[in-house]
Amino acid sequence: MEDTFRIPLGDWVEVGLDWLTTTFDSVFALIRTVFVNAYDGLDWLLTAPPFWIPLLVLAAIAWKASSWKLGVGTLVSFLLIVGVNQWENAMDSLALVVIATAVAVAISIPLGIWAASSRRVSSIIRPILDFMQTMPAMVYLIPALLMFRVGVVPGIVATIIFSMAPGVRFTELGIRGVDAEVVEAGHAFGSSPGNILRQIQLPLARPTIMAGVNQVIMLSLSMVVIAGMVGAGGLGGDVVAALSRIDAGLGFEAGIAVVILAIYLDRVTASLGSHKKAPVLQAA
Amino acid sequence: MHESTLEKHPDISSEVNVTADPRALSDGNGVALRVEHVYKAFGKRPAEVVRRLKSGKTRQEVATLGTAAVIDASFEVKKGEIFVVMGLSGSGKSTLIRTLNGLWAPTEGSVVIGETDISKITDKELRKVRQRHVSMVFQHFALMPHRTVLENAAYALEVQGVAKEDRLARAEKVLSLVGLEGWGAKLPSELSGGMQQRVGLARALCAETDILLMDEAFSALDPLIRREMQEQLVVLQSELGKTIIFITHDLNEAMFLGDRIAVMRDGEIVQIGTPDEILTSPANDYVAQFVQDVDRTRVLTAGGVMEPPLAVVNLSGGPRNALRTMADLQVSAAFVVDRRRMYHGVVRDRDVMALVEKRGTDLSAAVRNGIEPVAPETALNDLFGRAVESPIPLPVVDQAGRLVGALPRVTLLAALGNVPSTTGEFPIVDAGVAPLPEQLVTAALAKTEGEA
Repeated sequence: MEDTFRIPLGDWVEVGLDWLTTTFDSVFALIRTVFVNAYDGLDWLLTAPPFWIPLLVLAAIAWKASSWKLGVGTLVSFLLIVGVNQWENAMDSLALVVIATAVAVAISIPLGIWAASSRRVSSIIRPILDFMQTMPAMVYLIPALLMFRVGVVPGIVATIIFSMAPGVRFTELGIRGVDAEVVEAGHAFGSSPGNILRQIQLPLARPTIMAGVNQVIMLSLSMVVIAGMVGAGGLGGDVVAALSRIDAGLGFEAGIAVVILAIYLDRVTASLGSHKKAPVLQAA
Repeated sequence: MHESTLEKHPDISSEVNVTADPRALSDGNGVALRVEHVYKAFGKRPAEVVRRLKSGKTRQEVATLGTAAVIDASFEVKKGEIFVVMGLSGSGKSTLIRTLNGLWAPTEGSVVIGETDISKITDKELRKVRQRHVSMVFQHFALMPHRTVLENAAYALEVQGVAKEDRLARAEKVLSLVGLEGWGAKLPSELSGGMQQRVGLARALCAETDILLMDEAFSALDPLIRREMQEQLVVLQSELGKTIIFITHDLNEAMFLGDRIAVMRDGEIVQIGTPDEILTSPANDYVAQFVQDVDRTRVLTAGGVMEPPLAVVNLSGGPRNALRTMADLQVSAAFVVDRRRMYHGVVRDRDVMALVEKRGTDLSAAVRNGIEPVAPETALNDLFGRAVESPIPLPVVDQAGRLVGALPRVTLLAALGNVPSTTGEFPIVDAGVAPLPEQLVTAALAKTEGEA
């Protein structure tokens, strides 16, 4: 009985994917080219110069965004990465995270705005986000491999899909959370919906949206390791290599580099969310 | 983008210079805004709710289909009037005010501003109407926390597409008008509640619209600040001549501000009238109960309760006439007016008698000016002290200086107790001194007869 009753969901998915890859081959090839070039360009910027140049720049960004303490902390911990010979891998991963986050944010914020503007859109988008966020991350790698072949691109694409959800959710939450009376005031004085979004809703939702962006970055970093499996390289590559060789030492070295990178990105983006409000206010 | 659309699309309002002249928006009858049979229902089937209400069902009976927030509201607001909509929470007043600028579209009925029925125009035209004709002040201020006070005040102008320098300069002026000079660079969060609402008021005034909607504008403020704001609003209104539609749940506020008041209950307007009318002839028990607790002394005005001044003598009539009038009325003093009924002061019978005996012919020699006349719009609250001090009723004199009435102490008391005021029965001029005996007056007049 159990043998005879089976929904061939897997088969359907496979057929669908086959159809997708053959029909939209040129589209995927284009996306592949764009991502490869963007990644290579950014990676070159980070790895071509001697390590201390990007290191100092990153420390300076931390200092500027938050405090001199974070700057010094960045300097010390990044030197640790250099010390365990993971600098180049870390920069590869950083490049991947930056590209993936940029695309994820560029998609998720408009989606969040759209979802905030309409209950119906929101109720359609929500289960899709649930699906994207809870589907085991590695599962994305398989179709991504089929579509984009081995390399850094399936890693980027899988990372984008996996990390997008909080960007959409936080944007919707932030915009819905804006004081309804202030939005009403915008309408009452005859402002257009576009201007209300730009002048009232987005600025007031900004801290929440930035918290979402922060989450997007954190999720993409967690995906970096998994992306190593499909040949995305970077820290993930070393982690996967260490796993297959049961090399605890290498695994820990690559792992600590991921942690340092994560803390760095978290602190810097978190302070961008809260701190930047003040200068904006003064300038206004 | 906004600026350019403004230029390109002349609309209903562009043929009149709406910003300069508050009277520009007119349908010829001095009506600024007309509401005709407006219904607003929320819920799944609002149109059905309205249909059933019209066929005589009550609000409760249609509750399963949706909530009827406003039921058959009709009124006109005259230009330069403060029209107050008063009701408890849930009475539909906030929904009603939101239909007036199209924030809610009425389910049925029409809202006519000037000559435009705003329920029948496009969103774009509606935005123009809001920019040019109707601005709004909100209960919780609704300021933009990320912008300075000055920028908040200039917001309406920004929406209208006024250049930055120009709009900030104009906002600066309006800020000083509401008493916030020098606060422009602060953020709203740095201001007290009362000051924040001044910013809200400044923003609405800055729009230079002729109609101002105020939704519970002072309800979130402390009582003392609220009083101050109410008084300031009245002053501003008289200076700027705005048409104000003010929503409140506070009857005292309604009575103080309103030229006319609409009382709302369960979505319906149960009475529209002047504060005096609402107070003295409530339309039903609900209104009557409501007005029970009102501080009548703040609501009732000298003009509203005054008596006709019976003991009046004419300046040009001379002392002999005056003396005879006073003797006929059995009074010891009288108000003096001239032919145009301009108020000149008070004469006492003893002074006039002395004048007559001295063969005087000019009554003005006996006129005293000890009693300061009262303006008709003065609240009774401000009159008790003076009524106590004055030996005779207070003369009520209008702006042109004409004597229009008198306020004996008895009238003040009667107004407080809501006793129907009897007119004409009081010996109006009623000094502490008894009038001169009639024989004495007759004798004096007889003695000097023929000589005057």
